[in-house]
Amino acid sequence: MKIHICLTGIKTIILDCNNISQYSVFLINSALMNRRDIMSAVNPDQYSYPSVFIYGHRATGKSHVVLSIMKDLELPHASVDCVECVSSGLLFHQVLSAFFGPDAAALLPRCPSLSDFVRLYKQMSSNSPATQTRYIILDRAERMRDMDFSLLPALLRLQELVNDNVTVILLSEIVWEKFRPNTGCFEPLLFHFPDYSKGKSLVQILSWDHHPSYTPELYASYINILLGVFFSVCRDLRELRHLAVLNFSKFCEPLEKGEAKESDIHKLWKNIEPHLQRAMQTVYLREVSSVQWEQQQMDEKEATTLRVLSAHAHIELPYYSKFLLIAAYLASFNPARTDRRFFLKSHGKIRKTNFLKKHEKTSNHLLGPKPFPLDRLMAIFYSVVDSRVAPTASVFSQISSLVTLQLLSQVGHDDQLDSPKYKCSVSLDFILAISRCVCVCVRLLDLLALSLVIQSQVVRQERSLFTAVSNLHLL
Amino acid sequence: MSEIPLTSSVSKGCFVFKSASKKRKRHVGVGGYLVDDSDENGSDRFRICQKLWETVQTNTEVIQDQLNKKVLDSLAEFIKKHGLGCSSDNWRQRAREIPTAALMLGVNVPDHAMTFRSLCNLLQDSVTPFVVSVHAKECAAVKLLIQKVLEQLMGRGVSVDEEQEDDTALLQRTQCTISALCQWYKTVTKKSTQVFPQRTESLTNSDFPQSLPVVVIFKDFEAFNSQVLQDFILICSRYTQELPFIFIFGIATSPSAIQHRLPHSVSSLLCIEVFHSLSCTQHLASVFDKLILNSQFPFKLSSRVIQVLVGIFLYHDFSVQNFVKGLQFSMLEHFKSQPLSMLCCQKQEALLSAKTLSKKNVERIRHLPSFMRYVETQEPQEQVRLLTNDEHVKEVCQKLLKNLHKYHKNYYPILQCLHSLTSSLPKFPLGKHIRELHVSCIEKNLWETEEYDSALQLLRILAKDELVAALRKCAEILKSTKILQNVLQQLEDFIGRLEALEGVSSEDSSGNGIISGKMEYQKTDLFQLQKTLLEKESRRTKRMNPFEVLRSQVIEFIDSLVREYLTPAELQPLNEVCYYSSSGVLRQRLNVTPRTSIQAALSHPFYYLQNESLKTDAGTISSAAPDLCIVYKLHLECGRLINLYDWLEAFLTVMSAAEDQDTNSEECGKYDSLKHARFIQAVSEMEFLGFIKSTKQKTDHVARLTWGGC
Repeated sequence: MKIHICLTGIKTIILDCNNISQYSVFLINSALMNRRDIMSAVNPDQYSYPSVFIYGHRATGKSHVVLSIMKDLELPHASVDCVECVSSGLLFHQVLSAFFGPDAAALLPRCPSLSDFVRLYKQMSSNSPATQTRYIILDRAERMRDMDFSLLPALLRLQELVNDNVTVILLSEIVWEKFRPNTGCFEPLLFHFPDYSKGKSLVQILSWDHHPSYTPELYASYINILLGVFFSVCRDLRELRHLAVLNFSKFCEPLEKGEAKESDIHKLWKNIEPHLQRAMQTVYLREVSSVQWEQQQMDEKEATTLRVLSAHAHIELPYYSKFLLIAAYLASFNPARTDRRFFLKSHGKIRKTNFLKKHEKTSNHLLGPKPFPLDRLMAIFYSVVDSRVAPTASVFSQISSLVTLQLLSQVGHDDQLDSPKYKCSVSLDFILAISRCVCVCVRLLDLLALSLVIQSQVVRQERSLFTAVSNLHLL
Repeated sequence: MSEIPLTSSVSKGCFVFKSASKKRKRHVGVGGYLVDDSDENGSDRFRICQKLWETVQTNTEVIQDQLNKKVLDSLAEFIKKHGLGCSSDNWRQRAREIPTAALMLGVNVPDHAMTFRSLCNLLQDSVTPFVVSVHAKECAAVKLLIQKVLEQLMGRGVSVDEEQEDDTALLQRTQCTISALCQWYKTVTKKSTQVFPQRTESLTNSDFPQSLPVVVIFKDFEAFNSQVLQDFILICSRYTQELPFIFIFGIATSPSAIQHRLPHSVSSLLCIEVFHSLSCTQHLASVFDKLILNSQFPFKLSSRVIQVLVGIFLYHDFSVQNFVKGLQFSMLEHFKSQPLSMLCCQKQEALLSAKTLSKKNVERIRHLPSFMRYVETQEPQEQVRLLTNDEHVKEVCQKLLKNLHKYHKNYYPILQCLHSLTSSLPKFPLGKHIRELHVSCIEKNLWETEEYDSALQLLRILAKDELVAALRKCAEILKSTKILQNVLQQLEDFIGRLEALEGVSSEDSSGNGIISGKMEYQKTDLFQLQKTLLEKESRRTKRMNPFEVLRSQVIEFIDSLVREYLTPAELQPLNEVCYYSSSGVLRQRLNVTPRTSIQAALSHPFYYLQNESLKTDAGTISSAAPDLCIVYKLHLECGRLINLYDWLEAFLTVMSAAEDQDTNSEECGKYDSLKHARFIQAVSEMEFLGFIKSTKQKTDHVARLTWGGC
């Protein structure tokens, strides 16, 4: 039963690696050398399972395990990243050139269809029949859903179509249920790569690349400290390794200066902990690039605080653009009914009791910006600007340039010429900053205050809610 | 091109042949643009104008280069560092990060092109030949983006050596991948190390393997589709080992745009460093200094024109390029509309052409308002001579031109001095920027304004060290210009006296103390107290110490300088030669209001058509007007929804009102199909112009898209 041997081979490898760590895969592989001999001795015309689907979170070692198995067992394989395949033709091209050389791939027509691929594959495989199972590995397979709808079902049973010993391995971060087409398809074999657990695997794996001039025990304790800080926000092995490498020199600093010994774990922890906390706020979020971070460590000047990316949130805008943006914000977050009240000097009396309808009392900030027509924007703009503004072409072109700067966004596509609609896509803080530097007239401030006072309470609640949600998300 | 035009076509069609001879006839010689029948020196003016424009262009380019030099150099440094240094890294993770420079350019998007051009040139000259710049418009999908990158890179490879041309020609669209680029890069770098060993040596450190980075410039980061960017970055990060990518994001808003656009999984692949270019207001200030506040540049702008141009800059676009364009436009307009602008050039040249003024131009000079004003101030005898003798006018004209040049020469240094004195005052009574001061100086007598008074008030209470520092600055300015030596002398004299004052002032203050100590306390009476306090106050003001005396002298001196040199330009005779002052035209041309002009055309057709029969009183609708105008005026009377039938009725009434009053009422209600057709056409034209649109809310109704009525 070749199929089973082959499959269980892979399976055990995968499962083993999973349980221990991806780095021990090399050890396992060397232990498997004997088995490979057995496998090659088995009759090659026995077919393996047509398709395998492997899923798990980012950086759980999916592609690493699969590719290192392929490499170490010297299996014929074609590895394709689906992000790169902007058309299915590229995918076919890569597969064919990996199996049969670039000459075969060159035979593909200009815009190859699936049947072209199958025909060519058949032709080629009949010339050079498979001695071993061929593997097609498709990384980031979730991108396949956006390609031709028939591609995925066809690839799942490619073995039948080309009549060759070929297995398609799909790697994805998404579960199989999200892939299954409406019309149904061949069910692949599913494998799950679970997340690394904190205690066992992460520490083991991270300790693997310890510094040669320090003992592995020291590095392991460093990793423990690091995980204590970062584990709550990040489980991405790749990120963690990155962070570990970046901050290790800082950790070793007291040792090099001779202020502490390797056994003074507590002292070392006290030294590194605030540093790591800062790293979480800057380097981890890419507010500060890793090179800058290192440089800062080398300079050893804590006083020179790096200017983080989000610190320069201020944008210099032309005078009228600022007012246009303010008008857009007001139009987006105030109900149109209240315009009369806010922007007319002689508005009628308004009954206090049900000035705002019940559904309007829930914050407009929670509901997000609402689209508004150009007319309304201009009307509010004229009432907000303190001087008379001629409706010049440059005022209108500023609106479109605000759209390209993505401070406004255009909504809907049907009636672009006659009555385009926009949304304001900047935050309250941004608008407040702008109006603070524009406001020579008190009236505008009043207006903003009036329209915002209704919402300010809810904004506060909403902020705390947001932080709570983001915390939840991280956990 | 063949002589006989091809008329073979797959489909049927008619072909238009334009006769070539007509084109040739219309071609005008270079100097012919400003030539009129009435005036003979149009070509001279054109030449002067062109020369001036060239200096403007070179100057602006030089300024741009100077301003951008720092940021561009640091960018090049960044790229060099990353292109060469990273190969030594043994950390695999670090190597996967793509070095990225976020270049903050400000919201003046039209100006970016020039910066990117010089950046490209700089990088190609000094760092790497592999520079690609992409525009968001061309890259709606990843495929197109990759194709663009490949085209630009491989195309460049072809231009380096000829043999590769057939290889790239074979490159099909299906192979349009980064891996193909990888292959190409390998072959090219191998070749280049063989071909230009001396060049590569200069670029690399000897230890590291040669690796020229591939720089991809995203010109307008905000406009890119974020999905496209994410995919492209993901793909590129797979190849960082073989292909040293470096990205440059041209960002118009703020660096946080990167985080808004890219999720953490993608931005973690980038190693971002932020670079700031100079702000556009600084850029404008330096352009202003170089082109407008410069006596070497003969063409001048009046205060109104400056206000229009600066207004467009500050209120609308922040674009220095547009400002320079505006300057160019006003220059063209000036040289076209003012025949005497032939005198608007360097001093020697102007004097020369003043000698050879034609009769017509002499007459024009006599009609200049400023010259007339000048004549009025002269003796009666001289007046007669000026009005009759052409030769005398020419001589006087030369004298006046000399004066004008001298005025300019003195004006700018003094302006700078005054600015340096007042720019540090609280609340900036005379403006923060020198351009504001300049505008108010050439507009009116500065010393008559309230702002000037308050500025002098503030200057009068300056402390000694502040005053000395400010005067030093003025002296520096005057030293660098090498004119007005006597003023400089006086200034330095003042500085010397102020510094020599050191010991004296302290003595005096102690003397004051003795006086106040002598005052004896008397019975506390409110009135008495007030009196004594007032007395004290008055005594203090009366008895100034030597420093205060000197300070008021200095202020007097400055005031006299201002009154002497900063007189408004309009009072100078012959200022019309150099000053362009029609701000109305400029505003009309540069700050257009298409909607207003459409509305004007529709409501007052006479304004554009100049047909006497179209003249109407306001509020009435004339049947002689074009159909479109009638329909437009009628629609102004309607609400948001317009009933088409009512509209038609009203239209017919207007049409028939003029035709005949005598026809009986029966025929009035009827209408023929011709009028109906005219109405329909007019309505559809209204829809085309965007005044109405069809609506589904009510049958037989259209919706108005504008507000307001007549």
